[in-house]
Amino acid sequence: MSTEAPIQRRRRKTFDWSSATIAIAVAVSAVVVYWRDGQARFLEILFGDLVLFVDILPKVLAACLIAALVAVLMPRQTVMRWVGAESGLLGIVIATLAGTICPGGPITIFPIAAAFVAIGADTGAAIAFITSWTLLGYARILVWELPFFGGEFVIWRTLISIPLPIIAGLLARFIAGRLVARKKSEGGGG
Amino acid sequence: MIYFVDGLLWVIALGLGLVAASRSRALLWTSVREGAVDCVRLLPRIMLGVVGSGYIAALLPQEVVGRWLGADSGVTGLCIAMLGGAFTPGGPVIGFSIGAAALKGGAGTPQVIAYTIAWALFAVQRLFIWELPVMPERLVWLRVMASLPLPLLAAAGAMLLGRP
Repeated sequence: MSTEAPIQRRRRKTFDWSSATIAIAVAVSAVVVYWRDGQARFLEILFGDLVLFVDILPKVLAACLIAALVAVLMPRQTVMRWVGAESGLLGIVIATLAGTICPGGPITIFPIAAAFVAIGADTGAAIAFITSWTLLGYARILVWELPFFGGEFVIWRTLISIPLPIIAGLLARFIAGRLVARKKSEGGGG
Repeated sequence: MIYFVDGLLWVIALGLGLVAASRSRALLWTSVREGAVDCVRLLPRIMLGVVGSGYIAALLPQEVVGRWLGADSGVTGLCIAMLGGAFTPGGPVIGFSIGAAALKGGAGTPQVIAYTIAWALFAVQRLFIWELPVMPERLVWLRVMASLPLPLLAAAGAMLLGRP
């Protein structure tokens, strides 16, 4: 297999049943808010969230570009060596550290993680990366958590969370290993 | 700080773009087009997630949440906290503001830690809106399974270390 083989990227329809379910929940909630709290409150929420949406747009575009570029630029041997299936505990620790320093929101982190898996990163390492970004990411802690909770709670929460990405990564590897073993014993091909 | 994050993301994107351009122009343009198309495909979902979650959050009774997660609610409180976290809409402000309101309203620290971690790791709405569209399904469900014990572990850690 050549290292230049085209990357299989997941394509999804722009809209599907899961989005439709959320759309219905949103529509029902919006109607209830309008009916219960009146038009002023309805518009207040709408405009408040539209501002947030506009704020998120450049981040989304940047993240999609980073994901597309990482997928073609990252040397696959390097990725496999550092965070591939054979990378062991060190791969999970590296992924955890990467997660703490990676900027952006959920919409930036998931495409980047998927791009790394597409070019040979181990699922356990990818999961450690996402978990670490979620629980230990500095941007998220500083921008969102600190203003709401204050310093003391956030420091405790963060200290307690330090081992969690590594646990999640190891657990994911264990579950993935069991699933593969079961599939093999059933004689099914994946 | 928020602009710093934006700036950093674009610096990374531009840096990668320059590396791609130094290899070949065609490589750069294919990647940029692919990234842009991905972004456009995601827009309806993001619109729904960001603009819609405000309405769902407006219907959540925040005081009730605080009472259920009280300091002496014990393991039941922890389980309620995890379930609550999973079903809290996934916008950036909502989980944090409910958690902060609960803490102010007398909820126990381990319960609030379990709540925020459960919400951060496996809020159901976020799974569908952000994660499933862009990651392989197997990876998403594996991640959820591996994340399930984490809120309880963190709460146990908080109990062992004592109340902050």
